Amino acid sequence: MDMKVSKKLGLKERYTMMTRDLAWDTTFQPMDKVFPQVGYEGIKIHDWDKWEDPFRLTMDAYWKYQAEKERKLYAILDAFNQNNGHLSVTDARYINVLKLFLGSTPPLELMAARGFSMVARQMVGAGPRVACMMQSVDEYRHFQTQIHSISNYNRFYNGLDEFAHQQSRMWYLSDGKSFFDDAITAGPFEFMVAIGFAFEYVLTNILFVPFISGAAYNGDMAAMTVGFSAQSDEARHMTLGLECIKFMLEQDPDNLPIVQRWIDKWTWRGTRKLASVGMMMDYMLPKRIMSFKEAWEIYFEQNGTALFTDLARYGVKVPKCFGQTIEEKEHITHQSWIGFYMKPDACPFHTWIPAPDELDWLSEKYPNTFDKYYRPVLEHFDRQEKAGKRFNNKTQPMNCQVCVSTIKFNEPGDPMEMCFRETVYKGEKFHFCSDHCKEIFENEPEKYVQTFISSHAALQGKCEPEGTDVNAHDYRPGARMHAYWRMDKRATGDFNGSEDQKNFAKWRAQATKN
Amino acid sequence: MSMDLRTITIEPLRQTFGHLARRMGADKPASRYMEGTMDLQPVENYHYRPTWDPSHDIFDPARTRITMKDWYALKDPRQFYYGAWTLARGRMQETATADFDLADELGLATGYPAAGKKVINEVLLPLRHVAWASNINNSAVAAYGYGIAISQAAAYACMDQLGIAQFITRLGIAFDEIDALAEAKQDWLEAPVWQGLRHYVEDMMVMDDWFELFVTQNFALEGLLFPLIYDKLTDRLNAAHGPVLSMLTRFQREWFTENVKWVDAVLKAAAADNPANKALLGEWIAAARQRSVEVLTPVAELAFGTDGAAVLDEVVQQLNARAAKAGIPV
Amino acid sequence: MTSNAFIAFQKNEETRCIVEAIVDDNPDAVVVDQPAMVKVDVPGRLVIKRATVEEKMGRDFDLQELQLHLITISGHLDESDDEFTLSWEA
Repeated sequence: MDMKVSKKLGLKERYTMMTRDLAWDTTFQPMDKVFPQVGYEGIKIHDWDKWEDPFRLTMDAYWKYQAEKERKLYAILDAFNQNNGHLSVTDARYINVLKLFLGSTPPLELMAARGFSMVARQMVGAGPRVACMMQSVDEYRHFQTQIHSISNYNRFYNGLDEFAHQQSRMWYLSDGKSFFDDAITAGPFEFMVAIGFAFEYVLTNILFVPFISGAAYNGDMAAMTVGFSAQSDEARHMTLGLECIKFMLEQDPDNLPIVQRWIDKWTWRGTRKLASVGMMMDYMLPKRIMSFKEAWEIYFEQNGTALFTDLARYGVKVPKCFGQTIEEKEHITHQSWIGFYMKPDACPFHTWIPAPDELDWLSEKYPNTFDKYYRPVLEHFDRQEKAGKRFNNKTQPMNCQVCVSTIKFNEPGDPMEMCFRETVYKGEKFHFCSDHCKEIFENEPEKYVQTFISSHAALQGKCEPEGTDVNAHDYRPGARMHAYWRMDKRATGDFNGSEDQKNFAKWRAQATKN
Repeated sequence: MSMDLRTITIEPLRQTFGHLARRMGADKPASRYMEGTMDLQPVENYHYRPTWDPSHDIFDPARTRITMKDWYALKDPRQFYYGAWTLARGRMQETATADFDLADELGLATGYPAAGKKVINEVLLPLRHVAWASNINNSAVAAYGYGIAISQAAAYACMDQLGIAQFITRLGIAFDEIDALAEAKQDWLEAPVWQGLRHYVEDMMVMDDWFELFVTQNFALEGLLFPLIYDKLTDRLNAAHGPVLSMLTRFQREWFTENVKWVDAVLKAAAADNPANKALLGEWIAAARQRSVEVLTPVAELAFGTDGAAVLDEVVQQLNARAAKAGIPV
Repeated sequence: MTSNAFIAFQKNEETRCIVEAIVDDNPDAVVVDQPAMVKVDVPGRLVIKRATVEEKMGRDFDLQELQLHLITISGHLDESDDEFTLSWEA
């Protein structure tokens, strides 16, 4: 299996011969021309050999284990598809989780694949280069297996068919896109903190572990297999992210303030991105294993505390936003779901008001907030819907200039008040969802003035389907957003009465009757 | 409620994703390669310009002088998406590992004649550093290439080259020549015979145009080096000392035969897109061939003595034939 | 308070043996069962010993095989031929 070299060589020595011993310092071309990006962020590295390789996989072992994983994974997918496995999920509402997932996740895995290729090209040390390359191809694995696992659902349900077109154009996917665009346009070390550390180490656990366990609980063998199989690579990725942080901090004390600013920035940016994941757990899984709040406590608070207690020896402090995220864990999933419910025409997935027993579950899981702030809103919407006056917000949202989230989160300490911040830069006013986003902007205004905000761009005539004449006398900006998004009408609006709901019921009935 | 989901037949609403149906011109099932490759890279509405390259977008066709009406025409004839690639490599490494185990068990490598070992130490072992250079250069194509068709295949090639560097290392260890690996590295860094080649791969590391880099590294240099070593040199050593070297370099040989299909298909598609591409590729290949021959000449002499030039000329003819087949006059 | 190091696996026959080995070698281990996965928490330091896993499985085991089943980990990782360790500094 692994390189069976001379018995004298242990795992570590063997691995050194197989990786960093291959590299040399170039002399015909200067090193700073061969690796031009490692200096400009201000991170000081004195000795790349001090990098520790935690997982020591040579390529033959990598191929052996990855091939075994892929063989199993595709065997399960094929069987699931051949047996109409999509009809064995708990209820058709579940499929909306996959719609949100397909739109938001594989495109970001793809960005991770490209980003890690870039960092792999730029890192000077052989250790981090090899680990980054391996992560890059792993990320190819992830977006492809995710697409492959959901591909069969696309044949039977609406709203999945245009994910590739929508990834760069859909308003609510813009926050995730800005997250990865931000990371990939930063230098190699910031990318490592953003994706390798904040995203992989601090946050992916909460994205995948409880969520995929939830998919399993709801009978989706395909998503479960793909999700857990992807996670088996994630342990390697998390370790790379943590190693990179330690390496930077050990190399030079001047790196600490830079790294700390990145940790603060990216933990916050990642947290904002997770609001929609939490919403899936609390509202979209018909059978639930744990609330977002519980998952947050285990995988973010407890695990994050362990991590930052440990990193305190380097002088690293808990991310600035930590306290605010703890306060928000009882609010954001409700605010997000209500936000999506209010825009039935603008999402390629269905929404619904939770059933009474589901509302009770939320009351129990969120004793401090749900009955007080959110249950009344949902019950109000429910009454309106039943009275034929379904709430429908047709206006353009207001977006944060940094995280691009719709501004909808509450003022810290006051759930009844919406949080707005603004700043003026070069005579122009910019808006934010929070103090943290405002601070990120003020640290790098030249970067964040560039943010592509689709609600603004649409009004400027930049979001039109091909062939639109924006100079025509009757042109109205944003009037053809559905065509621009390639949105299938059948995929929008309420789950109740949807084609998905009817088809699922009809097909399941065929399986139970003669 | 018992359900037998297998027995029911239901009519799908559609066969594939919208972007694939438009590409194929019909709503029909698409391969897993297509699902995992086509039209997936973002092409617009980028939020920010790279701080490391503000004159370009994150993904930008202007990072090469090659132009394409459709960047996904640069598809991989092997249809390697991650799963297909890793399964293929998994099988190859299994065979290679079994070969190394057998050679170890039967003492085939350690008993290899000293004259043969000397050639392996001097000629083959330094090539692990050439593979490492190829790994770096392919990572640049994977990073800055346009479209997922080329970027993913380059990412796999990059890992393949790391694997090759490791198989060469393992070869050195199998022949019980750990010190020889250190000497080979010293040669790579200092011996005159290798400095031309090292100079060349280092020059590639600072090449701006990723497509030119692809042509130079993957088509020209490897197109000469691999047949020179894994075909001509192994043949010669096998004739003198028995076939064990072929057995322990099987991975490289099989890999090259397969990789050529990809490299040639990419060149062919780019040349077919427009005449300017064809002319540019011709220029690049001519320049890269000339310099590759220059830097490989001392290596060929080290390997083949006075036959060096003639053997090198044979592999140059093979390369020319490949270029012609791809529709590129050189 | 000592932080927990943890590891989670997909549930299958192999990981049943691995979890048993962890429980044997880490007296403070707490096993948490969840749909399709199993998580093991250990205060401070979690160690997986190759020899113990081999005993449970009745065959040779390479610690790199853990790659096949892992879902997540928490703690600094150190891996040798014989031990796979996750730990937090208090």
